[in-house]
Formats: sequence, structure tokens, C-alpha cells
Amino acid sequence: MIAHVTNNINYLKAKRGFMSWLVTVDHKRIGVMYLASILCFFILGGSFAFMFRLELWSPLKEFLTPDQYNQFFTLHGVIMVFLVVVPGIPAALGNFIVPLQLGAKDLAFPKLNLTSLYLYWLGAIIALYSLVAGHADQGWTMYAPYSLSRNPAVLWMMIAAFFLGFSSILTGLNFLVTIHNMRAPGMTFFRMPLFLWSMYATAIMQIFATPVLAITLVLLLLENFFGIGIFDPALGGDPILMQHFFWFYSHPAVYIIVVPGFGITSELITAFSKKDIFGYNFVAYSSVAIAIIGFVVWGHHMFVAGQSELADFLFSFLTFFTAIPSAIKVFNWTATLYKGSIELKTPMLYALQFLFNFTIGGLTGIILSILSVDIHLHDTYFVVSHFHYVAMGSTMIAFIGGIHYWWPKMTGKMYNEFWGRAAAILVFVGFNVTFFVQLVMGSQGSPRRYYHYMNEFQIYHQISTIGVIILATGLFMALFNLLASLKFGATAPKNPWGARTLEWEEADSPPVLYNFTKTPVVTHGPYAFDTEKA
Amino acid sequence: MATTATTGLPEHHVAHHFDSAQQEFDSNKMGMWLFLASEIMMFGALFVGALIFHTLHPAAFNEGSQHLDWRMGTINTFFLLTSGLTMGLAVIAAQSGRQGAVRLNLVLSILFASGFLVVKFIEYKLKIHHGTLPGRLWHGEGFHDPYVHVFYGLYFVMTGLHGLHVLIGMGLMTWCLIFRASSVQFNRKYFTPVELVALYWALVDLIWVFLFPLLYLIG
Repeated sequence: MIAHVTNNINYLKAKRGFMSWLVTVDHKRIGVMYLASILCFFILGGSFAFMFRLELWSPLKEFLTPDQYNQFFTLHGVIMVFLVVVPGIPAALGNFIVPLQLGAKDLAFPKLNLTSLYLYWLGAIIALYSLVAGHADQGWTMYAPYSLSRNPAVLWMMIAAFFLGFSSILTGLNFLVTIHNMRAPGMTFFRMPLFLWSMYATAIMQIFATPVLAITLVLLLLENFFGIGIFDPALGGDPILMQHFFWFYSHPAVYIIVVPGFGITSELITAFSKKDIFGYNFVAYSSVAIAIIGFVVWGHHMFVAGQSELADFLFSFLTFFTAIPSAIKVFNWTATLYKGSIELKTPMLYALQFLFNFTIGGLTGIILSILSVDIHLHDTYFVVSHFHYVAMGSTMIAFIGGIHYWWPKMTGKMYNEFWGRAAAILVFVGFNVTFFVQLVMGSQGSPRRYYHYMNEFQIYHQISTIGVIILATGLFMALFNLLASLKFGATAPKNPWGARTLEWEEADSPPVLYNFTKTPVVTHGPYAFDTEKA
Repeated sequence: MATTATTGLPEHHVAHHFDSAQQEFDSNKMGMWLFLASEIMMFGALFVGALIFHTLHPAAFNEGSQHLDWRMGTINTFFLLTSGLTMGLAVIAAQSGRQGAVRLNLVLSILFASGFLVVKFIEYKLKIHHGTLPGRLWHGEGFHDPYVHVFYGLYFVMTGLHGLHVLIGMGLMTWCLIFRASSVQFNRKYFTPVELVALYWALVDLIWVFLFPLLYLIG
């Protein structure tokens, strides 16, 4: 058999040359390419935010015109949502880790996996083209009629989002089929690491929510070119319908963004407390519960958009339910820490930040789901801060923690622990300085997306801008630390953290071409730190 | 390489990352079902859009609907449902290893599907000629309600997207005919390509079964 001939060399060295990467169907290489691409866009999207944050130092003009300011927050939003946080964890870490944790040789559809990477790149190139095609200033939500002006930049942005959506559907489909059919002998559903449960829940949302975004974008494009009249009020259409369609995707998308972060946090907290997760079943099912509840709460984005009072009431009521599974998770993670032998390694520092930030992100979400309060807080900095506590403070933090955790497995190198920890602390301080004041500012009524703001808010804006400088320093320190390890890092052992999941216990660092030299047989749960090693 | 005595075609090999033929089949089939689920969500949004529009402007919906020719729709329903039958027969033939019957039924399905597209083409041509394509070609002569163009907008989007699916289905059938049915032996252990194309085609049929009454008969 051909498989055995090449299956003793690690996947990075199994084949050589640039082309061998471009045509690979190996899930590990595809994951690495996704990771590199997503980090590049994270830097790009971040630099737009950095620039408009500097601009907001004073209510007057610093160096951006109002028009440029509108474009910058639009580009920041579009890039961060569609190119960074939505594909983020599943495409980069999920691709690499899912088959390894399952004990499989690859995902169920390796060629489809490569196709999804190419769709991502196609979408990314079109999105980049839209930056130079004109002035996109409609915000990432692309509401009608802002998006019906036949502005070429907006049109290209929609086409980009369409392809990125397909990429996301294919990734989800691949994961769901793989988790169902490719588990190693002994790997029952309830022996799966919780990261896999979170990937499973995410995949459900990717498959069922994203097609609605796809058709909405098609309808918006056709509305631009033919004036079919479905969304344009001037032609008899209903712009509120567009918002319903958009949020039917984009609310689940928020959970597509954050649920993978839950999965990583479960892995990190158990591995660095050397303790079994508290309430495995509850943590596993709560991911699926969030996925399902996430489909029936979209209307809470539209409390002031003119939907009926009954709909407002129902959506507000349903939104409260998302708090239950989220709280179950936070309590269970905290209970896992109790009496654990906690090691404050770099990934653990990120996991603890996640707990802190997600608690704020989640609780501010509850505040916003209260109908009467939301009418006051709608479109203020309070909302901006809330979703940054979730998307950046939770998801990206978990993502960065996950990158550190699996870095030795992916690259075979250990990063420098001192610089890793220093960066993690800077990121924590920087993030909270940036966004906590925005909660205060928002609750006092400062509206989002304004170029000129009232003088009384200047102090908050300045604190926030200082925070973003600290945050950026921390992020670059983390990045350089990781990159430096490729050249100077010590060789990583097979299981540097003493974790009990398959990717650490059975696979080499880095893994061989088909992941395992022989198919692993699973005899214990993912966090069996109490039992003796087999 | 193992071949069968009857046709001389090689047996199918399981891909490297699967442990067994059963695992491969289950994965492929589940993948197709999930894909179809995402298709239903996509068309579902359009049906919801049509429903909302029907509620907002019922008179425009009725008037637009009355200008569609139900006879063409009926002929097309016949074409599509029959092609669904022949695709089903192709699956049964593949399971029992009758390679010739698979090919025959695939050819028949492609022919009925082309019949559907020919009728659709004639219909589009007439409609565009009558100025009912929204956009520059729209002139809306003979309509009383100011919002009939929204009905035709939905008509062209929904039938157009469905027609695109018919075209893709024909492509898949042709691929099955040329690259699979004549190069690998189907039998009760391996009939995946025919099965998956038939599943996809069943959804294309099903969507039309809902589109036809919605656009042609209600009103």
C-alpha cells in the first residue's frame, strides 16, 4: 500500500515545494494555510481599527476625513467579520485538530476542504479589490437602501461575502460528516473532546444559516442591477425583510464566531488544571443548545427598526434563554478550576481572560436584550463594546490561546514562555482599557459610528485609544514570539502539556502525513487525568 | 485490479482516508443530505419572501400570476417528475449492477430535463418579449397594479435559480454517464454516484412541485 511508504515522515516534510502546498488535500496543511491567511487579515482589519481609533483622539479632524472614517469602520467590520472571526477557529484550528482529536486520517472530504480554502481566497481577493474599487461606507450590515446605490465597492463586497459564505458552508458540512462517520474505534460521542462538540454545534449553524445570507446577497445584487423590487421601498419592496434575512444569518453567525471559542476554552482549562471537566454532558449539550436557540433570536437586532411590538416582545423574551447555556458553561469552567492543579502557562492565561471577558460580553448581552433598555442603548458605544467583548475579547482571545496551545503540535517548536505570558497580560490590559470605557460612554448615550462627537466624551475616547495601543503591542509581541520560535524555539515533545486527548497522546509533533502510524483505539475520556495512562 | 466477468469494468476502490466502503458510502450520503438541507434553507428564504410579498401586495401577486401560462407549467411538471422516475430507476439498476440500464435511464433523465429547459426558455422569451423582465426591458403595459414587477422579479429569481439547478443536475448526470457508468462497475456495494445525483435531482423536483402552484396556480 502506498499509504505506508510515506507515513513515517511528518506532514511538513512529506512533500516539498510551493506547488505541493497549493494542491495538497492534507487537512493539516490546509489548516496552516488558513491560519496564515486569517492572521494576515486580522492584521489588516486591525490596522483600520487602529487608524480610526487614533482619529477619534479628538472630536475634530486628526488625519482622516469623515468620508475616510466611514470607509475605515466599514472595512474594519467587513474584514474582521467575514475574513477573520467567522472562518477563524473552525477553518484554521478546526481543520488541523478535528481529524487528530477524532483519530481519523483526514476529514471526510479532503478535496472539498481544499475547495473551501480556494473559495476563501477568492472571496478574500474580491474583498481586497472592493477596497480599491470605490468607497464602501455602508457598514458591514449592508442594509437596504444604503446598499442599493450601485456603488461598485459595495457590489464587490457582496460578491466576496457570497463566496466566503460558501466556503463556510463547505467547512461545516465537512466537519459534521467527519464527526459522525470518522471517529476512531472506542471514540464514542461522549468521549469526544469538547472542542469537537463545539465544532459540531458550529457546523449546524454554518450549514443552516449561511444559505440565507447567500440568497440575500444574490437578491441585493439583482435588486441593484434589475430593480426587482423585493427590498427597495421605492419599488414596493420591504427593507425590513432584508434586515430579517440578514440577521437570520448574522445572529447565528455571532454564535458561529463564539461557540468555537467555548470549545478551545474547555480544552485549555482542563489541560492546565489537570482535572476532568465539571459536568461534561452539560458543557457538550449547552453548545448544541446555543446553536438551536441562536436561530430564534435574530429580531433583537431590530427593536427600533419598525417590527411589531409583539415580535419585539417575543424576540426579547427568547433572547434571555441564550443566557442559560452560556452561564452553564461559565459556571462549569469555574468549577473545573476549583481544586485543580493550575499551571499559568500562556494558553491558560488566555483561557482565564476568556472567562473574564466573556462574562462581561455575555452579561452586557442580557442588558441589551431587555427591550426598554435596548431602545436607549441601541446604536451606542455600549453595543460596540458588547460585541467586541464577545468577538474580540472572547473569540479572538480563545483563538490566540488555541494557537499557543496547538503551536507545538502544528510546528514542532516550543515558543518562549516568558514573552508569551508578557504578551497575554498586555493583551488583557489593552483590550479591557479599550473597551470597558466604551460601555460607560455608551450608557451615557454616545452614538457609534460618529466622526464628530460631543466634547464630554473625549476623555473616554482618549482612554480607549491608549488601550488600543497597548493591545496592539501585546498582539504583535505574541505574533513575533510565535514566529521567532520557528527559528529559535526548542523542539517540541509529543505531549508538552500532559493532555489526554488523542492529538497529544497518539500523534507526533508535528504529526505524520496520515496523522497516526496506526489507528488509535480510545479507552478513556478526553480529560481522564485521574486514571493511569494505558 | 479486480474486474467483473460481465462487463469487464474495474471495481471501485475505497479512498485512502476511509476504513471501509460502508464508511465511505455513509459519509458521502450524509454530505449530500446536509448539502440539500442548505439548499432548502436558501430556497426557503425565497419562499418566505414570496409569502411576505403576497401579504403586502395580494392584488399585484394575483395579476402577475394570471399572466403566466399554466399549460407550460404543467408540461414542465410532467417533464421533471418523469425524469425523477428515470433517475430512481437508474439507482435501482446501479444497485443490481445492470450497467446498460443505468446508462439508458441517465440518458432519458437528461432528455426530460432538457425538455424542461426548452419549455422554460420559450416561456422566458415570451415574457421578456412582453416586457415583464424587471429592469431596463420592463414596460408593464396592460398591468393595473403598480407592483406587478415585484411578482415578476420573484418569478425570474425563483425559476431562474431553479433552472440553474436543473442545468447543474444535467451536468452531474452527464458526468455520471461519461466518467462513472462506463469506467467503474456498479453493484450493490458501490452505486454512490448514481444515488447522490438522484438525491440531488429529487430536491430539484421537489422545489418545482412547490414553485409551480405558488407562481402559476395561486391567483
